[in-house]
Amino acid sequence: MIDFNLVPLLPELFLAMAAMGLLIVGVAHGNSVTPVICWACAAALVIASLLLFGLSWEKQIVLNGMFVFDNFAGFMKLLIILGLITTLALSVKYLEQERIARFEYPVLIVLAGIGMMMMVSASNLLALYMGLELQSLSLYILAAFNRNSLRSAEAGIKYFVLGALSSGMLLFGISLIYGFTGSIDFGVIGSALVGLETIPFGVTFGLVFILAGLAFKISAVPFHMWTPDVYQGAPTCVTALFAIVPKVAAIGLLMRLLFDPFMAMHDQWMQIMYFVSLGSMTLGAFAAIAQANIKRLLAYSSIGNMGYALIGIVVGTPEGAGAVVLYILIYMVMTAGVFAIVLGMRRDGIAAEQISDLSGLSKTNPVLAYSMAIFMFSMSGIPPLAGFFGKLFIFQAAVSAEFYVLATLGIMTSVVAAYYYLKIIKVMFFDESIEAFDKGIPFARRVVLFVSVVFLLLFVLRPDAIVESAQNAAAVLFT
Amino acid sequence: MVDFPVLSIMTFLPLAGVAIILMIRGDAEDVERNVKHMALYTSLFALAFGLFLFKGFDGSSAEFQFVEKVEWFSSSGFSYHMGVDGISVFFVLLSVFLTPLCILASWDAIKTRVKEYMIAFLVLESFMVGTFCALDSVLFYVFFEAVLIPMFLIIGIWGGPRRVYAAYKFFLYTLLGSVLMLVALLTLYAQTGTTDIPTLMENPVAVNIQIWLWLAFFASFAVKMPMWPVHTWLPDAHVEAPTAGSVILAGVLLKMGGYGFLRFSLPMLPDASLFFAPLVFWLSVIAIIYTSLVALVQEDMKKLIAYSSVAHMGFVTLGIFTMTTQGIAGGIFQMLSHGLISAALFLCVGVVYDRLHTREIGRYGGLVNNMPRYATVFMIFMLGSVGLPGTSGFVGEFLALLGAFKVDTIVAAFATTGVVLGATYMLLLYRRVIFGPQANNDAAAMTDLNPREIGILVPLALLVLYLGVFPGAVMDRITPSVDRLVGNYQAHINREPVPEEIIEEEVILKDVIVVPDILPDAVPAEEEKEEGESHD
Repeated sequence: MIDFNLVPLLPELFLAMAAMGLLIVGVAHGNSVTPVICWACAAALVIASLLLFGLSWEKQIVLNGMFVFDNFAGFMKLLIILGLITTLALSVKYLEQERIARFEYPVLIVLAGIGMMMMVSASNLLALYMGLELQSLSLYILAAFNRNSLRSAEAGIKYFVLGALSSGMLLFGISLIYGFTGSIDFGVIGSALVGLETIPFGVTFGLVFILAGLAFKISAVPFHMWTPDVYQGAPTCVTALFAIVPKVAAIGLLMRLLFDPFMAMHDQWMQIMYFVSLGSMTLGAFAAIAQANIKRLLAYSSIGNMGYALIGIVVGTPEGAGAVVLYILIYMVMTAGVFAIVLGMRRDGIAAEQISDLSGLSKTNPVLAYSMAIFMFSMSGIPPLAGFFGKLFIFQAAVSAEFYVLATLGIMTSVVAAYYYLKIIKVMFFDESIEAFDKGIPFARRVVLFVSVVFLLLFVLRPDAIVESAQNAAAVLFT
Repeated sequence: MVDFPVLSIMTFLPLAGVAIILMIRGDAEDVERNVKHMALYTSLFALAFGLFLFKGFDGSSAEFQFVEKVEWFSSSGFSYHMGVDGISVFFVLLSVFLTPLCILASWDAIKTRVKEYMIAFLVLESFMVGTFCALDSVLFYVFFEAVLIPMFLIIGIWGGPRRVYAAYKFFLYTLLGSVLMLVALLTLYAQTGTTDIPTLMENPVAVNIQIWLWLAFFASFAVKMPMWPVHTWLPDAHVEAPTAGSVILAGVLLKMGGYGFLRFSLPMLPDASLFFAPLVFWLSVIAIIYTSLVALVQEDMKKLIAYSSVAHMGFVTLGIFTMTTQGIAGGIFQMLSHGLISAALFLCVGVVYDRLHTREIGRYGGLVNNMPRYATVFMIFMLGSVGLPGTSGFVGEFLALLGAFKVDTIVAAFATTGVVLGATYMLLLYRRVIFGPQANNDAAAMTDLNPREIGILVPLALLVLYLGVFPGAVMDRITPSVDRLVGNYQAHINREPVPEEIIEEEVILKDVIVVPDILPDAVPAEEEKEEGESHD
């Protein structure tokens, strides 16, 4: 019996067609049409999101258990699409400025996006692997996209080699799981594990390898080593992409994997994730202090933020899962805003990347400085900005599941992290000003900046709709 | 009582002022002038609403008044819940009273980034009022912590030479304390299922958890207060902050710690408060004596007053943890009085600092000759700080010591030495600045108070004297709420000892009472209510 219902895959199918079509257009017309292709890709993503809305968000598993579509997948896909559109909007001008405006760029972003959407919809270890690889391969190329730059090439190679290693571990883990449970289907694995008195050693072993592979993708400690180098080396617009979108997909994948088939092994994976989370928070907080390059700083900041998100996974309750989704959403908005500013840091046509380049920004460009200050206060979790509420729900989930130690340590690292976020504010507001940045922020970047500032400021007024949709999305994982 | 949300208006009016200020455009000089006026009028409006609040406040009731409740995070049950009782209403008034004075005090002193400065102060006012009005623990935390943002910028941008260090120290110290409080608040929420402060106040949690929660709250409030040994951020912050920043810091922000003890530690964690009371006593005594001695040797006027603040806050914590009506009412009164006096003293320092740009005591001297009016008002505040009868400083200190004497004579005896030391350093300061030879020509050439400065200092002086002579105006309104707090506390401490399991069960049952909506019918609620009352 072959299940050939392709309806829930419509957004992905459409994007795949659009990507290939636009690739052909690009080949035919050369690099001069890059901006057009960028906007066409953004339009394709908008259409995909509309298709997403048109689908029924009831849980349905199609293609013989390969692909699942439910409220959670729908919500995460929306976030992913939103993140991709934002990245495209941020990139267009930057690509021109850096003279790397080649038409493959938007197409690769869309292809990576298809991979990510597959990841959050995977209901089978092979589908998971396919989605992950489609995403990773596109991202490897993007990291090295500025091929004339040594650093960018280095970032690409580093990312590829380490990424391939993690994929290898992931595959090894999958094969062990397959060997011990006899299936790669999430449903079958789940029912094989439920009710077992002792979990077979091989399954635990396999899960450890899978988690190692996935921890690499979300740049969690101890598999974070690539992050600072890749963030620094890749073109800044690609760094923005890395910081914003793949995390959403990987966290979504991790949640589906751990809460669905492997929920019975909560005791086992909880211990691993506990230390991964604690390690990420701590390293993210302490290592960022010494950074002078803002992209490296953001790399450590993203490591730390993943640590907080993982707390919600560790606790393994619907509350925790809802908190993770909310956290990721708010994190995405903050990061998008920060990169909208970082991309605009240029002097005499050359990108400035040092934190000291922001000196006295509050005098030369108060709007940018205050926006950045809002992002930084929000990232350090100071109310009434949205970032606080992301953390609030995470820690609330931890405390109500009685993870007091993790919550306390986590919240203490957030104070350490506040130190380096404040450092940026200090540089902008308290230091003497240096030469102003080049004038002219492109319209698309202004929109991103404006939307994220408004979101962070006003979230506190009407939080209900967003909080509830995040919680509802996460709740379906537990039914 | 009133049919419009006066507390919300007071909280968000300053933000509306900010919105208008942001729209002011035009010539740089015009903008500066308009911004100043707009900020002043906004804060005066808030003060007018404050007077309205004072008039409408029923002083004979211990209940929360002017209550507003709107759903906020409905899925988690956090609500936008505002209200004041006798304990909080005066802190709200203090906040709205000091803000216009601060804006006036900065009128000429602040020359750079005036617009941002005024915005920061209005935002600060909004968060301060919110902190004292919030009756939902998450809402409280939001306001409590949000205060850090404008204060960090005020110290860091308009502060003195070591402002960056001071701003960092202030921010991180306070943040570390408050995040621990956040964990405690979330634990309370996990235990009781509610973040509603009045409900939590009536239903203390199980004893074994209280100890941990108390320590977490203590971490936050002790830093904010500040208590010895976590007071070290205060002298730095005070010295580096601009005058108005110091005024708000000493006048209102320190009171958030004491207010927190009264709102959270005492009613929600009575057993732990009893357990830790001796610790607080001795920390307070150390604070009183040690920081007074430190104040004695200061050469910087602001630093001296900053250390004296720590000593005065020692009396407050001492009074609060006596758990007697006198002690607590004295503690509150002392906070209010200190809010006026220390604010005024910082303003007095600001007056001479604006003229000579130094705070070094040795650079002044003999000011009585060229600044007689200044010498007079300074004297009133100096004597108030010493605690002379007839000034507001006396009432609070006396009551706090009286309460302490009832509970622990030795502690009270040690604490009383602080009064003598306080007189020593303040009189010494006064003598060196106001009397003595006129050592420096530039100090001798300073002009006396201008009308603006008189307008700032005289209302404060009048209030200090008025409250010293008629403390009843405040006391009568505080007492019912304090009585209730003490009554609940005593009832809880003296209750029949019950096994722990039952306590926990009780908590859960009581929790059901407060949210009757989720009950299938009203009958069980009735039964449980009776059961709950029988324990009181």
